[in-house]
Amino acid sequence: MTVGFPGRRTLTDKARRPIDWAGYDPAGSYDDMIGGEGGPRPAARELAARLASLSPQELADRQHAAEQAIVSMGITFTVYSEGQNIDRAWPFDIVPRTLDRAEWSRIERGLKQRLRALNHFIDDIYHDQRIVRDGRFPREVFETSKNFLPACVGANPAHGVWANICGTDLVRDKDGTMYVLEDNLRVPSGVSYMLENRSVTKLVFPELFERQEILPVDDYPAELFNMLISLSPRPGDEPEVVVLTPGIFNSAYFEHAYLARRMGAELVEGGDLLVGDDDCVYMRAIEGLTRVDVIYSRINATFLDPEVFEKDSLLGVPGLIRAWRGGKVAIANAPGTGVADDKVVYVYVPDMIRYYLDEDPILPNVPTHQCSDPRALEYVIDHIGELVVKPANESGGYGMLVGPAASMSEREAFRDVVRKDPRNYVAQPVINLSTVPTIVGPRLEPRHVDLRPFILQGADMYVTPGGLTRVALRKGSLVVNSSQGGGSKDTWVVGPGQPARPE
Amino acid sequence: MLSRVAERIYWMSRYLERAENTARLVSVYSQLLLDLPAEAELDWGTPLQILGVGDAYRAGGSDQGELEYLLTGRGNFASLLASLHQARENARTTRDIVPSEAWQAINELQLFAENSLPAMSRRPGSGVSGDIVRRCHEITGILEGGMSHGPAYQFVRLGRSLERADMTSRMIDVAAAIMMTGRESLEHQGNTVWRAVLRALSAYQMYRQYVRRRITGVDVLAFLLHDRAFPRSVMFCVGQLDVAAAALPRHEAARGKVAALRGGLAALDLESLDYETVHRFIDDLQLEFAELHNTVFETWLNPVRRM
Repeated sequence: MTVGFPGRRTLTDKARRPIDWAGYDPAGSYDDMIGGEGGPRPAARELAARLASLSPQELADRQHAAEQAIVSMGITFTVYSEGQNIDRAWPFDIVPRTLDRAEWSRIERGLKQRLRALNHFIDDIYHDQRIVRDGRFPREVFETSKNFLPACVGANPAHGVWANICGTDLVRDKDGTMYVLEDNLRVPSGVSYMLENRSVTKLVFPELFERQEILPVDDYPAELFNMLISLSPRPGDEPEVVVLTPGIFNSAYFEHAYLARRMGAELVEGGDLLVGDDDCVYMRAIEGLTRVDVIYSRINATFLDPEVFEKDSLLGVPGLIRAWRGGKVAIANAPGTGVADDKVVYVYVPDMIRYYLDEDPILPNVPTHQCSDPRALEYVIDHIGELVVKPANESGGYGMLVGPAASMSEREAFRDVVRKDPRNYVAQPVINLSTVPTIVGPRLEPRHVDLRPFILQGADMYVTPGGLTRVALRKGSLVVNSSQGGGSKDTWVVGPGQPARPE
Repeated sequence: MLSRVAERIYWMSRYLERAENTARLVSVYSQLLLDLPAEAELDWGTPLQILGVGDAYRAGGSDQGELEYLLTGRGNFASLLASLHQARENARTTRDIVPSEAWQAINELQLFAENSLPAMSRRPGSGVSGDIVRRCHEITGILEGGMSHGPAYQFVRLGRSLERADMTSRMIDVAAAIMMTGRESLEHQGNTVWRAVLRALSAYQMYRQYVRRRITGVDVLAFLLHDRAFPRSVMFCVGQLDVAAAALPRHEAARGKVAALRGGLAALDLESLDYETVHRFIDDLQLEFAELHNTVFETWLNPVRRM
């Protein structure tokens, strides 16, 4: 009998042998790396060849190296548990998720198209409401939305753009179709992890970056900064940009600090800002009060200004909405943008694209039942075991029911919840989510993933090549949220498809 | 640099220095309790009074003893433990600015204090106060040698120097308070009292190099108030305050206050002083420290003027 530490055994013959793909079975899901015939898809060819040359031990060593790098770089996320905030190391799987560049350029066009339409919609809703008068969008949907903010009616953010930063969640179904699952328009997070995942992966697989063209993602902070200064009310000067955070207790504080550092912007809290008699916004600094031009806000809009919204908010700045409406300061995303971040509004986005842009939607929606429609409600009640039922206004995977995974009593309880407040619920068929090989012990096993690209719109538009791939680390699970046991992967948009240097 | 960040760094530094000096105060006083005759009637009420929490202690009707109140007192915002807690909280919320080794050392110090202060309140003469002082030195060293001496560091320096000057003056006040009781039996004990103060401020050895004769109250006062080279003397700290202020923008008001402080200090004629006058002078000095703090606050920590 061999005596040793678990996980630190000496290299056996078995461990030296290359990874065994024979037992790899995506069980009917679309796999982003391995195609129908068991071979790698074109974008994954180099990666698969490299993985095949590694032994399980070598793969485990690289995973270990990545985890060490994450700890020493201090990449954490915060979970709220048992009354305390706990910083956890970011769970990361080293095997990247690959996307074909040709497919990606289509997705990119689709994402831009979608955000342009959404911004037309928000601007329209806060002005003439043409889309309502033309009978293409029901008035009661936004009138009953808690994200429609009357204080924003008639406001004119720069370039007519309200949602400057959007994180759109994409999922791929069994047949390979990429669907839009939701548009996160309030304070989408995750982009710092996308950037950090890439820097870790470069440490782990440097050779693959030399051998093929993987689109870079590192431009994001510079693109974000350029977008933000394009909103400045004083375009001639050197605008003062700040990142507004709720503070260190926020689960995304790491990201706020990261983006501020990468842009060279101050990371401010509400108490650091004040609105002067001239309606301009100033930051309290040791040099004195310094005028602020652009606020990248990571605070929910309703906490921004206690004079207008939540009276008890200590996070906000009294008078901020007045300053913003007066055009003295830009806020990204603009207050009120959340009206379009609603799972009921989501249903209408393809129509918006046709209505405002006169184009056909490039990316399809997941078919969605609106429970506010009595017939749809009846269907949802009857088929709740086959559907994913979500509240219209929540994010982070909270308050939803995954029918097939729920018990009979959970389903029954949720039927009551939906019946009581049908406007606030939508239901979708279960999308099986594509899989990507993921390290599980000594083997690679398929795990389900989604994708969150980030889209910027100011004077120009920008889409991150790829985005943040989130992975459900539990076998068979479709829940990818990091707050609920999800991890992440680097995402490679690979092209033009040929290795730069053939072997 | 944001005022909020400057403020947290300033308070982190002040609270660390306060914790260190509270440990020193406890150590000097526990020595005196051992060394002075019983008729001196010393009790722990004097240090509480010196730290400005004597009234709060009596009003609170605490079931804790005076020393325990000083070290870990529930509701005592000036206790050693509370100071460390504040230092840690301010360091934690400026982790982007403060070197991570310093944050770690502050964190460890807080844990150490939580575990060992209860025992110290029973045996104040044990090595715990020395350990706390040593750990504070470690943190001071990390900040001094591991942090860029830019604006953020000037707030470390401002907080430290102001608190240190203040605490040195309070330590002098302890001695003056004892001497002021004017008991006959204390006349020849002056030597013991002043030696204990010097020891508590790590000043004994330096003092010996500076004054080569029998210890007298006047010499010790001159050393602790006026010496320009000893880093815990009030004059030295005032010099450091000026260095820090000069490196910051819009420093005119603060430097003006520092210059006035320095002038008043230099003008003090120690030869003709009695302890009553020393006590009053220290009172005035502490008012000036408070005013300087207000100026720091208005200029940098909470500016209301536009650029």
